[in-house]
Amino acid sequence: MTMESPLAEQKPRIVLQEYKLAQTAPIAKDHFTVKSFKKSFKIVIIRNEQNEMEFDMIGIHPFLVNAFRRLILSDVPTMSIEKVYISNNTSVIQDEVLAHRLGLVPLKADPRLFDYKEDASAESNENDSLEFELKIKCTYNKEANKKDSSRAEDMYKNNNVYSRHIKWLPVGNQKERFKESEVGPIDDNILLAKMRPGHELDLKLVAVKGCGRDHAKFSPVATVFYRLLPDVKLTRPVEGEAALRLQSCFSPGVIGIRHEKDGKRVAYVDNARYDTCSRNAFRHDDIKDAVVATKIPDHFVFTIESVGALRPDVIFTEAITILKNKCAALLEELESTG
Amino acid sequence: MSEGSSKEPQKTPMVYICGECHNENEIRPRDPIRCRECGYRIMYKKRTKKLVVFDAR
Repeated sequence: MTMESPLAEQKPRIVLQEYKLAQTAPIAKDHFTVKSFKKSFKIVIIRNEQNEMEFDMIGIHPFLVNAFRRLILSDVPTMSIEKVYISNNTSVIQDEVLAHRLGLVPLKADPRLFDYKEDASAESNENDSLEFELKIKCTYNKEANKKDSSRAEDMYKNNNVYSRHIKWLPVGNQKERFKESEVGPIDDNILLAKMRPGHELDLKLVAVKGCGRDHAKFSPVATVFYRLLPDVKLTRPVEGEAALRLQSCFSPGVIGIRHEKDGKRVAYVDNARYDTCSRNAFRHDDIKDAVVATKIPDHFVFTIESVGALRPDVIFTEAITILKNKCAALLEELESTG
Repeated sequence: MSEGSSKEPQKTPMVYICGECHNENEIRPRDPIRCRECGYRIMYKKRTKKLVVFDAR
């Protein structure tokens, strides 16, 4: 096959063929050892923003990458509203629906500073719970509505209840331990309920620490995912109209077009990192032989999208700590049963 | 409809909400059941003041 030549000198690859996946060489299924892992493992941080992080894990087995993904989704804790005490709710949204909506509001509060509640029915205290209040009443907005508008925003006051209306009530020493800006809903503009004059909400909310395996509202991330790093190689020059066609077969930025001095347009591989591996090039008989799209089997592109309670890099280190603790617990268990 | 008032030992007024204009009406036992604002004859009780607890799930 023609694709042997450009890949021959490299590590084993997964090749995206027209109808199947192939490997350039059998992927070594050596046993996992700490020594070899330490020698080959590398992390490269691509971007680390407020809520999003992308990094490469190179030279790692898929089982570990997947373990981190699952740990982040279901074992890294956050704080979330768990109990809703309803004194009054005369709005049209039903009590249980409102309670459910409130539970899903992401809260800003460092979960590492709180304990798990020992028992769901136990009395809450300053170390395991946060209390909030949502008291709001909708009224007519007579004096401000001078232009006789019939828009709900002009006619009424508080006709929309947003997450910013949730007020934190410090319990015990929480007033000293946290600043007002450190506790509360992360996003201010989450619509919780719609009201009309005479409608009223009077709620007390209690947030506790929990993890995603219990309920998705405790998950610290919107998503975490990984994929294998793609690589695209051209085996022969592609010119003119075919070059543009080749460019349109890949994600934006993957294929670049170079203008030669003699006016020829020649395609080149610019950045294959964000290719979706669509194999669209195989739809064109004249260019399909020019492309070899591969994936690197031990190069993982790991992306964490935090909801905002913890920074994404903190989420990942928390996941590692949890994995360590799980391993230590297992070893202890094995030793005690001997 | 007038059954609710018979439980009250004294002639304490109860607040009802008009089904038409949502006005709050104080109605005593044996009073005519009629909204003071619009004359509508269907009244609703207010929501219980009892605390209700829900799990946010």
